[in-house]
Amino acid sequence: MTSSNRIADRDRFDWLLAAAVVAMVATFARVIYFTPIEARQGAAQKIFYLHAPSAFIGLYVGFGLVALAGALYLWLRDERLDRIAASSAEVGVVFTTVVLLTGPMWGKPIWGTWWTWDARLTLTLFIWFVFVGYLILRGAIEDPATRARYSAVLGVLGALLVPFIHLSVYLFRTLHPMPILLKPGRPSLPSDMLATFAMSFISLSLLFVALLRARYRLAETRDALEAEDSADVSSVASLHAQPVR
Amino acid sequence: MSVRRPPGTLAAAALIARKDLAIEFRTRSAFLAALTFSLIAIVIFFFAWDATAVGAVDLAPGVLWVIFTFSGLLGLHRSFGVEEADRAIDALLASPVDREAVFLGKALANLAFVLGVQAVAIPAVALFYNLPLTRVIAPLAGIAVLAAIGLVSVGTLFSAMASNTRLAELLLPVLALPFFVPIVLPAAQSTARLLSGRPVVEAMSWLRILIAFDIVFVVACALAFPFTLED
Repeated sequence: MTSSNRIADRDRFDWLLAAAVVAMVATFARVIYFTPIEARQGAAQKIFYLHAPSAFIGLYVGFGLVALAGALYLWLRDERLDRIAASSAEVGVVFTTVVLLTGPMWGKPIWGTWWTWDARLTLTLFIWFVFVGYLILRGAIEDPATRARYSAVLGVLGALLVPFIHLSVYLFRTLHPMPILLKPGRPSLPSDMLATFAMSFISLSLLFVALLRARYRLAETRDALEAEDSADVSSVASLHAQPVR
Repeated sequence: MSVRRPPGTLAAAALIARKDLAIEFRTRSAFLAALTFSLIAIVIFFFAWDATAVGAVDLAPGVLWVIFTFSGLLGLHRSFGVEEADRAIDALLASPVDREAVFLGKALANLAFVLGVQAVAIPAVALFYNLPLTRVIAPLAGIAVLAAIGLVSVGTLFSAMASNTRLAELLLPVLALPFFVPIVLPAAQSTARLLSGRPVVEAMSWLRILIAFDIVFVVACALAFPFTLED
């Protein structure tokens, strides 16, 4: 009963998500109106405030959590860990998609091309492929325990794959230098820009946590419903199984 | 009647590999399909590029290793697909052998399959693309074996997983291809070095990636395999 009470509570307003949305709006306002335009790159540089924090959160936190929760699941077999992994993968894919969309928008005016086979870009794209595959795998399995085991295996192997892809694309790039590697080393940001960056990083982290929590609750509700359904089916089946008197 | 002891891990693996190869040898369905696919793809790739703009020697390494992965997938997805018929997998799991032995046996059969396709596809590429094969045959065979080990270990594990899902063979390339990047890239790059007459030493940094990948993923996939079977 307690679990259904907890789930009934979920219909209430998600304050954390609302706070994250407000923080994002405030961040965008600051980025657009109250942060100076960069001298060499112009307005395009402002994409950086969305791009860089999303990359860090999506790639390191999001997918790191998938691998970690997967490894722990294989050890502890706690379904909560599987829900964390699933939620983190979904939110991580959203953040990484933002990275892959905002990157070319910046690349076109600054590098002069939408895409280049730079090591970082290539690695990000392949990690994105692995985790889209992860979500497709989850969608293709009905049984919750099998789904959890398979996706945990894929999550852990995905984390093992990352250094190998990194090594090979890095070697590939250094052997074939691109003519447009104008990407500057991280410039020391003026304090205005640094403050905006910090604010953006915090709001996006908040958004990640809020989305993760909302998605986790959805998974919990879904599992509870599925359990109820199967309980109904088995009770109906036992009714039919009774001999007619 | 004497009590027969169950075979050890390696003996059981050899038995399972022999069983899979016997099925394949008697039906020849997947091997001939993979072989024919390879030959057709080799020919199509040649016409996909302008032969006057891109030299055949520059094209060949990429063609060879892309075809290698795709023909490998053809063999891999029936590795466990064949066990789904009549739930043969249940008998395999009920038999007194380690799960690791099942993985090893499946992987060995797949390795033989992939190397068999390679043994025809590499000479065919050399023939159609006019490559100086005799000069590089020994190191190229070494690269092929290293690449096949990595491909087969990851592919066997994912084949076991994919065969248990609703999408079955559709899922295998989606899961496996990103994992083949650190195989195809080093294999193609080192083949390109060899074919352009460079010494093997120049390809060493690529080969090191390939060797490290093999070690890490053979171990990881063997350890992960028991998790992919029903308890």
